[in-house]
Parts: sequence; structure tokens; C-alpha cells
Amino acid sequence: MISYDSISLRTWSKLGQRGAFAAVSSFEIARQVPSSVIVTADLGFLSGLDRFKAKFPDRFFNVGIAEQNMVGVSAGLAQEGMTVFATTYATFVTMRSCEQVRHFLGYMRSNVKIVGSGAGLVMGYSGNTHYTFEDIAMMRVIPNIVVLSPADAAETVKATIAAANYSGPVYIRLTGGLNVPMVYKEDYDFAIGKNVLLKPDGDVAIFATGTVAYNALQAAMELARRGVQARVVNVHTIKPLDVESVLRESRACRLLVSVEEHSRLGGLGGALAEVLAGCGSRAPLLRLGISDQYHHAGDHNYLLGLNGLLPEQIAQSVFAAYSQLD
Amino acid sequence: MATAVSVPELQYLANKLRRTSLLMARRVGRTGSHLGSGLSSVEIFATLYGAVLRLNPANGNDDTRDRLILSRGHSVLSYYAALCEVGFLSPDDLLQFEVNGSFLHGHATRDLERGVEFSGGSLGLGITFAVGVALAAKVRGQSQRVYVIIGDGECDEGVVWEALMCASHYKLDNLTVIVDNNKLQYDGHPEEVMSLGDLASKLLAFGLHVVEVDGHDVGALLNAFEISINSRPKAIIAHTIKGKGVSFMEGRKEWHHSILSEDQYEQAILEQPPLPDLMDQERLK
Repeated sequence: MISYDSISLRTWSKLGQRGAFAAVSSFEIARQVPSSVIVTADLGFLSGLDRFKAKFPDRFFNVGIAEQNMVGVSAGLAQEGMTVFATTYATFVTMRSCEQVRHFLGYMRSNVKIVGSGAGLVMGYSGNTHYTFEDIAMMRVIPNIVVLSPADAAETVKATIAAANYSGPVYIRLTGGLNVPMVYKEDYDFAIGKNVLLKPDGDVAIFATGTVAYNALQAAMELARRGVQARVVNVHTIKPLDVESVLRESRACRLLVSVEEHSRLGGLGGALAEVLAGCGSRAPLLRLGISDQYHHAGDHNYLLGLNGLLPEQIAQSVFAAYSQLD
Repeated sequence: MATAVSVPELQYLANKLRRTSLLMARRVGRTGSHLGSGLSSVEIFATLYGAVLRLNPANGNDDTRDRLILSRGHSVLSYYAALCEVGFLSPDDLLQFEVNGSFLHGHATRDLERGVEFSGGSLGLGITFAVGVALAAKVRGQSQRVYVIIGDGECDEGVVWEALMCASHYKLDNLTVIVDNNKLQYDGHPEEVMSLGDLASKLLAFGLHVVEVDGHDVGALLNAFEISINSRPKAIIAHTIKGKGVSFMEGRKEWHHSILSEDQYEQAILEQPPLPDLMDQERLK
């Protein structure tokens, strides 16, 4: 049984999202779900899964550098009754294997949980082949797949365990590197499809997903110093979107904002726009995210800065939009 | 489960599957159907369903059943015909082939109650799935066997080779890969479209035990299936003829997916060996 005490949360944040999955969730899932196995495409060591492999040699399968086969083999295992976690870099599993994901998870509804790590811009100097800012759009358009995007390491633990106990296909998008900031400093309730209000009150609603949710929180504090009160909502489940929460905030606020380490097209902002377009909301939606282009490589913060996703930049963008409201 | 086990009985079953395939093709009319591969696979299905597979049509979820995964998803004519022969589908079900909203699509959709293990249609995917299914049986120490049918054209897909490499790595001797080697893909002969070279050597190099047989000789197929191999998967290269059994279709790429007119149907049926009991089949008209 794992404990969500403050020491654990601090330790996990040092491991980052991928590390927390490997060091914490994988073992807890193995305990809770006896039929669970992990499949990887030559990313076991990097993902920190060697300890898991040593402890559960018959529940860990490496298919080599073959992401398409990884998804197919995972589906075969899953349709035989196993709960399968398939993990590698988000970029390769969602894009090289996109059709496999559609076929085996979407169409055939195989009980496979894809853990895509290194999503967003965290791969830094590795460059655009390793960045992943198209994945939310691609995964959420496929029927039957739950799309999760945890905000910190603790939420990664909760999301992956929830995925293990959910019967059906899930895509779990992991962002950030080591030492991801803590959005949660104490235990809280996590449920797939239920947004978490991180900061209440205010006539601006910032919807954030992934590790940049921390930046959104920081931005809200900066906005408060400038006299603008913003609430912050963590959308850890992109699909199924918590429509009720979105509508509630949209009715209560004058300005809506989305913050994501993903393209401004088709991600969280896109999903919100789809909901808001049909509901009569008069609050404008400011979509903050990665611009629609491939940048030169740089470190994570540099890239976040290029895309206006650092806390001060988010605050400035929101402040500017807020100032223009009638 | 079919009880035919002798070679003449299997041949009889094959003849029946071929007739049923033609009837279904005729019935869909102007929609057309995948006749070429439907007919090249007839003896493979007859041997598998007639003598090899241990199935339980009364319970499609029976965990001990052998798994047949049709990776090359478009040979449904003879596949559905075979599922009907062993009792997973009824003759009435076959009437639903390619009817709007029916479950008998042009590529089969996974439905264990109807004996379908895999949703086919996109080439290269079924064999990766089969590797996972065989791996699951291996790690659980279960004795069911896994069979997967792929086409020679399908071998153009790179993921096929990822799957074969993986099957050998995990020593999946419960897996048999059947290549319906009909030597004709959509655009023509593989030597013109994309040469497969020496397929047997390639499979050998990927660690499989390879057997080559005449894919229209049910006796030879049966012998190939009965070979038991330890510690590595088995490949059966079944040399077949696309459109087999109908003179004007054999070896002609135009019949990959095509419309069978009334006249053509009559001619095709005239070429079939006579069968004494065509009662069920007449209903398909």
C-alpha cells in the first residue's frame, strides 16, 4: 500500500513523472492487478524499469526498437485477459504507431494503457523528432481511448493506478523531466474525468494540463499581485472532458484560458473550444500552448519561453487579454 | 467442430467452401468482393477448420481454444464459409455478408461468439497481435496453439518482420505462421511490385522453422501442420494460386476485388467438382 504523505510526494517529485511511474506505480499496479504486465520498446532501462524487470521477469516484455509491434503485441496480451502497460517515448508510440493505437486500442478496445514519456518539449537538445506536441490531438480524436495528462509526479502515480483499475484503453501523457514541481503538496481525490480545482475564486478561469499546470498556478499568483483574480483548474483528463466543470467555470468567469505543453491546435484548448462553441458562453477563450511550427532545439525552459509558457509570460498574456475585456 | 479428418473429407470440405465463397460473391452483386484471396485460402481454411483447430463453437470464449488470427483480413469469403461449416455462423448469417449495418464486414471484426479472433483489414497488424496472444499462452503455461494467416503481399509491411523477430526472440513454438503465397498483390506480381526475394530464406533467417507446401493440397497442408517444433515458431509457406478453382480468375490481378456477374458465376460453378448435398447452399441464392 502506498502512502501519499508529504515525504512521499516530495520524493516522487524528484523522480519526475516517468520515474514515479517506474519506481512507485509499476509495483503498486503489479500488486493491485495480478494480471498486469509491462511492455516496452527498448526503453526499460531509461524508464527506470530495471528494478521491476528484476522483480517480475515474467511480467516484463521488451520488443526491441519496434513501437508498432509493441502496440500489437500488447493488444494480443490484453485480449488474452492481461492488463498491459506499454511504455516508450510519447512521440514514437503516438506517431509511428498511430494506426496501431487506433486499431488495437480504439477499434478493438484492447485493455492497453500507453504510457508516453517525454511529452511536450522536455527532450530539449534532442530536437523535434523527440518533442511531442501533437499527441493529445491525435489520441483524443480516436474513439474509446481515455486520455490522461497528469500535472505532477504524485498525480502520475494516481493516474496510472486509476488507469490500471479502469477496464479499457488509456493514453497517459507524461511531461516534465526530473524534479518536476509539486502541484499537490498533500493527498487529494483523483478520479478519471473529474477536473481538480487547484485554486478557487476569481473571474478568470485558467484550465491547465500536464506539468505546466504548475506554471499556471504561479501565473495566477502573479496575476493576483496585479489585481486580477484567477481560478486554476487542473484538467488531468482530456478525454472524457469534464464538461460540467468547464461549463460551471465558463458561466462564472469573464475570461477563459487554456495552458498546455501541446500545440495550440487540437489539444486542451481545442477540446475546450469544442465544448464552449455550443454552450452559449460569452467569455472569450485564450489558448496558450506551443505555436504551430518546429522550433530550433534548446533546453526545456528556453523552449517553454519561446512558446510563452513560463509563469510570467502566462500571467502577461492573461493580463493583456483581461485588460481588453469590456 | 468439423469432424472431417481424412484427406478426401478435407478436400470435400474445401470444395464446399469454394462453392459457398462463389455464392456469397454472387450475392453481393455489384459491390464486388475479394475473390482472389478468398479462393486462394480455401484449402488452408479447410485443413485448419476441418482437422487442425481445437475449437468450441458452443463457447467462443473457451480459454483452451486454439486461436486462428486472420491477419490478411480480406480473404473473408472462405473464412466466413468455414466459420459456417463449423457452426460459429449459420447459413442465415452468411446472408448478412456485406449488408448495411451487418456484422459480416468485408474484413472480419473480432467477435469471439462468432469465432472471429481479430479485426482484420489493415495489413501487418494481425501478426503482431498473434505474437502477443502466443506470448500470453506461453507465460501462462497454457497449451492452446496460435495460428496466423498472412499474405505474401502483406510481407511488404515492415511490421511483419518486427513481429517475426519478436516471435523468435520469445521462442514462441506455439505459433504457426501460414503465408498464403498466392504471388499476386493488388498491382501485380511481387517481382514487379516489390520483390520478396527468397521468402523461405528470409523466414529462416528470422529464426523460424520453415515448411513449404502446395497450398491447394490438403494432405500436404495437414502434414505441414502436424510437424511439431520446439523453441521456435513455425512458418508454412503455402504456395497457392490467386483465384484458385475458377479458370478465368486464376492468377489474374483483376480478380483481387471484383464483381461476379450471373454468367460468370454460372461458368465458375460448372468448373467446381460436384457435391452431393447442396441444400444449404441453395438458400444463399
